[in-house]
Amino acid sequence: MLALMWVGLTCYALFGGADFGAGLWDLLAGRSRQGLPQRRLIEHSIGPVWEANHVWLIFVLVLLWASFSPVFAAVLSTLYVPLTLTALGIIARGAAFAFRKASTELWQQRLFGGCFALSSVVTPFFLGTVAGGIASGRVPPGLARGDTVTSWLNPTSALGGVLAVLACAHLAAVYLCADAVRAGEPGLARGFERRAMLSGLLSGLVALAGIAVLHADAPQLFHGLTHRGLGLVIVSAVAGLAGLGLLATRRHLLARVASALAVAAVLWAWGAAQYPDLLVPGTTVAETASHESVLTACLIATGVGAVFLLPSLWMLYTTFQRPGGAGASPVTGAPAGGTPAGGRDGTG
Amino acid sequence: MKVWPLAFSEGDLAAARAQMGFSLAWHIVVACLGVGLPLLTLAMEWYGIRTGDPAHRLLARRWARGMGVLFAVGAVSGTILSFEMGLLWPGLMGRFGQVIGLPFAMEGFAFFLEAVFLGIYLYAWDRLPPRRHLLTGVPIVIAGTLSAFFVVCANAWMNQPRGFTLRPDGTLADVSPWVALINPASPPQSVHMILAAFMVASFATASVYAVALLRGRNDAYHRAGFLLPFSFGALVAPFQLVVGDWVARFLAHYQPVKLAGIEGVFRTGSHIPLTILGAAPGNDRLEYGLEIPSGLSFLVGFSPETVVRGLNEVPRDQWPVVTAIHLSFDVMVGVGMLLIAMGALLLLGWWRARRTGRDLMALRGHRVFLAVAVLCGPAAVVALECGWTVTELGRQPWIVYGVMLVREAVNPAPGLATGLWLVLAVYTAMTVATVYVLRRLVRTTPVPIAPQESDVERFPVT
Repeated sequence: MLALMWVGLTCYALFGGADFGAGLWDLLAGRSRQGLPQRRLIEHSIGPVWEANHVWLIFVLVLLWASFSPVFAAVLSTLYVPLTLTALGIIARGAAFAFRKASTELWQQRLFGGCFALSSVVTPFFLGTVAGGIASGRVPPGLARGDTVTSWLNPTSALGGVLAVLACAHLAAVYLCADAVRAGEPGLARGFERRAMLSGLLSGLVALAGIAVLHADAPQLFHGLTHRGLGLVIVSAVAGLAGLGLLATRRHLLARVASALAVAAVLWAWGAAQYPDLLVPGTTVAETASHESVLTACLIATGVGAVFLLPSLWMLYTTFQRPGGAGASPVTGAPAGGTPAGGRDGTG
Repeated sequence: MKVWPLAFSEGDLAAARAQMGFSLAWHIVVACLGVGLPLLTLAMEWYGIRTGDPAHRLLARRWARGMGVLFAVGAVSGTILSFEMGLLWPGLMGRFGQVIGLPFAMEGFAFFLEAVFLGIYLYAWDRLPPRRHLLTGVPIVIAGTLSAFFVVCANAWMNQPRGFTLRPDGTLADVSPWVALINPASPPQSVHMILAAFMVASFATASVYAVALLRGRNDAYHRAGFLLPFSFGALVAPFQLVVGDWVARFLAHYQPVKLAGIEGVFRTGSHIPLTILGAAPGNDRLEYGLEIPSGLSFLVGFSPETVVRGLNEVPRDQWPVVTAIHLSFDVMVGVGMLLIAMGALLLLGWWRARRTGRDLMALRGHRVFLAVAVLCGPAAVVALECGWTVTELGRQPWIVYGVMLVREAVNPAPGLATGLWLVLAVYTAMTVATVYVLRRLVRTTPVPIAPQESDVERFPVT
């Protein structure tokens, strides 16, 4: 169950995170006219998939509360400030993105676009601070037993927040490179390559600086990362560097895999470092796990759900990752401007 | 049973309740539209493929765009709710999260499927052949209905907590999430809710086109936009009456206190009258209402001798606020009756039109009918909110009926009131933007969602 949750979290970071990062690049795309091609590419890439990506978060939340209810209660009651802000960020982002798509006038698109882009940065930051708060042992078990302010305003949380934003930005830039090439926009691809390099390097630097922060602020996590999690930390560093190398040589698809691996490895390193504690120090998985019957039921539900979900997700991603689609579609092949509905999709 | 510390202020409890109530009241409307609209859209798309009429196809397109906006807004407001469950009610989640986790996990999957197929449905309109595209919409309807079912099951569990035993130290034993999922309240409550969702979506959509018809825009586009959803809503309405009766019978058996609150029965007895409207100023006697002698006894047991249990069977601090839930209930039933009557009138209109050979929109009295039909949309939403108020306020002061009080579940952290104001501000902005965007969707020529959409160019509206 724990592994399942962590898989969900990883998926959220890799897919949802990239959507957040795309929002960041949307924010930094410059003035309306200049930034238009970039924004269009971003919108086109994340439009069909962001809602599905967003559901990973709900998935993780629900599994956490079903399987480790006391931990869920402790985390949400203590960290309610950043989590409320995250929730508001999620509202603003999702709604504004949908509104922007549906609106036609420039000022509206600017307003909703700004809202979307800004909340895309704010949300992962606060999620990062939440992760920092949990990882550095600032969330004790029980209801709101932790400090409601310092549990998320502290060095580890700041590190988590900044790292989350940078990692999202990096992922998004790397993914968008390939999307730009497919859309036939090599100029845009160059731009995103530069951004990917920059954000990748920055993430690396922050992570390096983070070592010192963790050593001072979260010794237990530091110990875990340098012992049990060490392998994964190294994997992350190597994958990150490899990703940059692949970008430099313009192997975009491989770079995607490498940078995704780098981000995933960080998450798994954190998990490995903290295991078996869910709340540091000393609240373990075994103590807080739900009854066997609940875990079994959730696993069954997940299994059945996956049977339906995986083919659907595959269909979703492949439908939109195929180039164009216009030529392949029989609908657009209908006589242009001909009688409505043609003969093919008529009453037949 | 007091396991959790009660170190909160009354103000924060009120704020938490207000915030939860507000976000739920908001989400329930969007969620109902999100469950109901896909079915209407699919029906219209299918109809459009059959008739080949550009007006029908354009309607389907526009509704699909509305679906996209509503789904996004519903998705985020639903996410907020799952956050709020923990942020505001950690006492509930910490102890019972595992018992009601299963329906939420399943809802998560249903929702996931819905999101995936919505993405395909909206963005692949022109990438897929029409019939296959229509098929990609079917999972949206099924998954939407299923998520409504699962979520309402979780709420039903709060009314009829099953599937666990509470040990004296407050921990749980014998947890069975399946028993919790299918508790006695699940079937009546979820069916009632799903039908309500279809009714709200239908009547609200029809309302929009009724306005246009009243303004004289009697063309194929507006007629279909009105008649299809309105007929569907009218078709569902009588079934809702039967299901509503089932819910009331369920209450009489399983939650007599709630029924007593709804009907303002303060003392157990036979020959209990059915009181329409009225108020209970001191929360001890229902006054100013129209009484039908022995009405309630008759409705519950088909005999005036039937004994109906009253509020006096439980301590006074466990009584719900009678005036609020009694009036909400009456409004809900009243609106339901109105909607059924409107459906009957439409049927009568059709019959008259067939017999006289005249057009439906040329019959005498059609303008009055349309004017009332315009009101049916908002009225259905009001009925929805009222019904929800009845079930939630009727359960007070319990968060888990008979097991945990609301005050035992609230987050003891300080400053919940600030969160309330923030949430109110954000939701206000979101409401304004949603309404504005939806109104524009109906009016303006659609811009393509995806660059490949050829229908928009092929079937322009003028």
